[in-house]
Amino acid sequence: MIDSSYSIETPEGIDLTMPIAGPVVRILAYSLDACVRICIYIILGIGFQFLGKVGIGFTLITFFLIEWFYPVFFEVLNNGMTPGKKKMGIKVIHDDSTPVGWSASIIRNLLRAVDFLPLAYMTGVLSMVLNRQFKRLGDLTAGTLVVYCRHPLETPNLPEIEAVQSPLPLTLSEQRAIVNFAERHKTLSSDRSEELANILNKIIGEKGPQAVKKLYQIANGLLGGYEAAKF
Amino acid sequence: MKQQNFEKLYRGQWQRLEHILIVLEGARMKVARSKKDVLFERSIPEFSKIYRQLCHCLSIAKQRQYSSYLIEFLNDLAIRGHQQLYKRKTNLLVTIIRFVVADFSKIIRQEWRYVFIAAVIFCMPALILGGYTYHYPELIYSVFSPEQAGMYESMYNPDVEHIGSERQSDDDIVMFGFYIRNNIGISFRTFASGVLVGIGSIFFLAYNGIIMGVVAGHLTDLGYSDTFYSFVIGHGAFELTAIVFSGAAGLKLGYSILAPGNMSRVHALRKAGIESMHIMYGVMLMLLIAAFIEAFWSSSQVISFAAKYGVGAGLWIFVCVYFIIGGRHRES
Repeated sequence: MIDSSYSIETPEGIDLTMPIAGPVVRILAYSLDACVRICIYIILGIGFQFLGKVGIGFTLITFFLIEWFYPVFFEVLNNGMTPGKKKMGIKVIHDDSTPVGWSASIIRNLLRAVDFLPLAYMTGVLSMVLNRQFKRLGDLTAGTLVVYCRHPLETPNLPEIEAVQSPLPLTLSEQRAIVNFAERHKTLSSDRSEELANILNKIIGEKGPQAVKKLYQIANGLLGGYEAAKF
Repeated sequence: MKQQNFEKLYRGQWQRLEHILIVLEGARMKVARSKKDVLFERSIPEFSKIYRQLCHCLSIAKQRQYSSYLIEFLNDLAIRGHQQLYKRKTNLLVTIIRFVVADFSKIIRQEWRYVFIAAVIFCMPALILGGYTYHYPELIYSVFSPEQAGMYESMYNPDVEHIGSERQSDDDIVMFGFYIRNNIGISFRTFASGVLVGIGSIFFLAYNGIIMGVVAGHLTDLGYSDTFYSFVIGHGAFELTAIVFSGAAGLKLGYSILAPGNMSRVHALRKAGIESMHIMYGVMLMLLIAAFIEAFWSSSQVISFAAKYGVGAGLWIFVCVYFIIGGRHRES
């Protein structure tokens, strides 16, 4: 696969695959978080002004907490997502795909101090591009991973058409190609569908819209010829 | 089996699992407690069974190359199930109490090599430069600018009302905040920079040692020893040890990369990360106590030097005793 995906084997012996988030989306998420943090600083800064000396003390303590624990707080309590990460659709998980916990989250965020060096997260970005799972030093030490949150998939509706048996025996990957073609009937333009179907002209003996229809029928046959499954 | 037959056969089961997952995930976010409990009770016994069946379906679907939307659907369900089944659960309160009473001192004893090395890296420059500055007072100007030196002098000048900082009374809470932000920040950096094969931790330990030593030597030479040492002794019991511990935790990180043993470097680093984090939890707690003592006790000018020395000595003894015998009865 061309996608940078990460797969782990579970104790049940199956492979789970997850798409990994790269440096660009993570930098964008970080920038958004930086904006949120600045807003919090300003609001708290103004709020604590009214408490005089005590307020300054509290300001320093909360600034300390936000400086070091803002990501920890959100990652642990909000399912691996700081506000910036949520906006960008990515989240932090342990690299065995379980939700990130306190210990791992604290390590990965303390090590930001090193990933930041010498300036602007240069060490972190360097480390990310040098390993296959885009981990910065904090992720390597904590054993965490940043992945895309998946959106629930829509069940594709196959074209409603009578099922036909394939004129030739097909290998699994050929079957899959035809089924995928039919599943994508809503997103492919009709010209493109015909262009693709014409490639198989010699085998199915049809051209243009007829060839497309034939392929849909074969796909339906391959899947079992029932109406499309609904979840 | 054709894909649609397969879907038809197992669809009910997948929906059931999805339903259980929603309940379990909701439980994590503490939604509708009473409603949750009933559903929870009912769904737990079958959860692991249905989940295993789903894993089975996923591998069959992959093996038979069913269409990708089905595989992705099953894969997502499996990930969610996996996350719920293998979620790490801890009883936070019990863990914290056990940690404070016993585990922290145990881990420090266990990692005594790193603690010893970190203590040497911190104390040697402090003692050597402290001695030098005491005998050659002009040495302070190669470490601090004259303004900074002057600031330290006025902070500990016995004629000034408030000791330990240039400030008026009722700023205690301000200083408390300042110490928390500054000191815990320093210790976090000392720890984190250890990942650079230990160099960062060594640098921060030696650097802080030098500053300590030079200031102490200079102030002793000026004859401000009572104000300075009575100020430092109390919170020093927690603060100085905590800085050494965070250096030790950093060295542990760095050493795991240099000498990973029979593991890959990444695995060794991760293992060292988990273990050194235990030290860091304790360090945070110690620095919190230190900041409290420093802001509200050490700097008070109402308390006599004798009382400060007495309490300071008591705190040092407490810290030593804790790390020597704390939690030993559990080990046997």
